[in-house]
Amino acid sequence: MNVLIFAEQRDGKLKKAALEAAAVGRAIAEATGGGVSAVLLGQGVQPMAEELGKYGVSKVYVGDDAIFARYSNDAYALGVGKAYELDQPGLVVFSATAMGKDLAPKVTGRFGIGLVSELTHYEVKDGGIEFTRPIYAGKAYKKVKGPKDVPYAVSIRPNIFPPEEKPASPEIVPLEHGVTEADVRAVVEKVLASEGELLDVAEADIVVSGGRGMKGPENYNILEELAKLLGGAVGASRAAVDSGWIDHSHQVGQTGKVIAPSLYIACGISGAIQHLAGMSTSKVIVAVNKDPEAPIFKLATYGIVGDLFDVVPKLTEEIRKLKEQQG
Amino acid sequence: MNILVCIKHVPDTETRVKVTPDGMSLDLAGANYVVNPYDEFAVEAALQLKEAKGEGEVTLLTVGGDEAVKSLRQGLAMGADKAVLCKNDDFENSDPRAVAEMLCAAIKKHDFGLVLFGKHGVGGDNQQVGSLVATLLDVPVITVVTKLEPQDGSVVCEREIEGGAEVVKAPLPAVITCQKGLNEPRYPSLKGIMAAKKKEITTFTPQDLGLDAGGLEQLDKTFELAGYDLPPKRPDGRILEGELDDQVKELVKVLHEEAKVI
Ligand SMILES: Cc1cc2nc3c(=O)[nH]c(=O)nc-3n(C[C@H](O)[C@H](O)[C@H](O)COP(=O)(O)OP(=O)(O)OC[C@H]3O[C@@H](n4cnc5c(N)ncnc54)[C@H](O)[C@@H]3O)c2cc1C
Ligand SMILES: Nc1ncnc2c1ncn2[C@@H]1O[C@H](COP(=O)(O)O)[C@@H](O)[C@H]1O
Repeated sequence: MNVLIFAEQRDGKLKKAALEAAAVGRAIAEATGGGVSAVLLGQGVQPMAEELGKYGVSKVYVGDDAIFARYSNDAYALGVGKAYELDQPGLVVFSATAMGKDLAPKVTGRFGIGLVSELTHYEVKDGGIEFTRPIYAGKAYKKVKGPKDVPYAVSIRPNIFPPEEKPASPEIVPLEHGVTEADVRAVVEKVLASEGELLDVAEADIVVSGGRGMKGPENYNILEELAKLLGGAVGASRAAVDSGWIDHSHQVGQTGKVIAPSLYIACGISGAIQHLAGMSTSKVIVAVNKDPEAPIFKLATYGIVGDLFDVVPKLTEEIRKLKEQQG
Repeated sequence: MNILVCIKHVPDTETRVKVTPDGMSLDLAGANYVVNPYDEFAVEAALQLKEAKGEGEVTLLTVGGDEAVKSLRQGLAMGADKAVLCKNDDFENSDPRAVAEMLCAAIKKHDFGLVLFGKHGVGGDNQQVGSLVATLLDVPVITVVTKLEPQDGSVVCEREIEGGAEVVKAPLPAVITCQKGLNEPRYPSLKGIMAAKKKEITTFTPQDLGLDAGGLEQLDKTFELAGYDLPPKRPDGRILEGELDDQVKELVKVLHEEAKVI
């Protein structure tokens, strides 16, 4: 089966998500006997087409045009649609990033094809493919089989499928897209970066999260310091968000972000079912809570029963020492 | 301006999910069904827009069985004017395209400036229906919106992206999907609850909407169900002991040497 991947880039850089999509696309194409192409949209994106080659993509449709300089779901859906028509793949792979989740249903809606959202696992068997995706924010998993006779699309959850290098020299096909200003109805006028922002919780490999136990917005700096040291992001429970201590974009849980970092440090978070739904598949979970009965300890890989205002600064100090030793 | 709001009747977020012994269905016994939390932001946004303008009607639409009337009544009690039930008795497993087809056909029976959705339906976690409907209606869509302001003939929104936000402007009519942060949904007043009982709920079958039930079923069957699983149990954890200083040292050591995550 031929696979077409959407290669996401922002600000002149390929997103890691694009390389993850390439890895999934290539593995599926190889297992089912087909090739993998990519569609890359933006302005000045030629160098990224070469980069995609390093990840086993054999053909790149490049829409290098001012109309794609800034993301808009109208222009991008038409651009991807053009590549879809040219390539006629059996499967289209998107990443379930903010952009991918906005774009994918615009494309599948236009062609009337099905879309499996945010899969976390797939298996090629009996000539078909079985996809696994979390439902109920990860309280259960649903497995579905991809159809054999009609094309369809999937989006893959970020940070699950590691990128894999596989050098190839891709054929570069300039995309004759015909998209003009008149096609863009929902116009992105500005992109606002959050102030002094660390990484987004959805993108970070390490997340340090604070709940009601943080007691107030002024105390988040101790988490920020630790997160910065670890190259991670700051997360929060809904109780902290609803108290107005931190923006909702940091909320982890069933009505926040569902994440699976390699390390999740929960400070002053009790572990309500809706919170656990957002982080229970993290590789390692550390809980810091003064209540030994807090449900979060049932899930934690390592737990410290204690006051977070004692524990977190000590932890930061200890990790700083480790980092200094490592140089 | 008339505003349509699509709401889904879902098991609340407290629900414990189990899988039946054959692994082929979910057991949601005892679940309490409510308006999808994100759709409450959509209802609230519609009511605020109507109140600000002092004109227009807010109509709720849902695709579901008779039990979904409970959620329609809830939205009517918040202050919506009327409601539409698109009856599809097998909606739980529905492909988002089948839901979107029904919603789209029902929407086309109305005059509207905006169609509001939730960012996603909790449970199914698809995050597709709003964008699919916009595509079928051929109108612009802005998703995951945390700020919404009408501006003569257009709407200007902020939408959440990784590490920031985009400011997006689109001409009306448009589709918006609502994210937490947009507003604080109101609780229905007693008066609202009483009034809701008398408000009109229209029911449409797929036939009423000019849709072929077989075709919808076909969409639903595109992805054959292979089964459900519960998440694997996590290995037992370890509560550290001793002096706090030693606990912290031990934690850093195991994170570095054993778990290799720092
Ligand atoms: C529709 C709906 C959706 C929801 N979605 C989400 C969601 O997406 N994400 C989410 O997180 N929640 C969600 N919730 C809320 C959830 O039910 C809980 O209310 C919330 O997670 C509790 O947050 P918390 O753990 O910070 O607060 P609490 O439950 O109050 O826990 C605070 C914890 O901090 C500990 N503590 C206090 N002081 C200290 C200290 N000095 N040192 C160490 N520990 C201390 C306490 O022992 C306690 O365990 C949702 C609820 C509903 C109804
Ligand atoms: N059965 C339904 N009836 C009405 N609206 C729905 C239904 N399913 C989904 N929606 C709407 O589409 C949004 C996104 O749902 P989903 O794509 O299922 O995650 C929801 O927040 C609702 O606004």
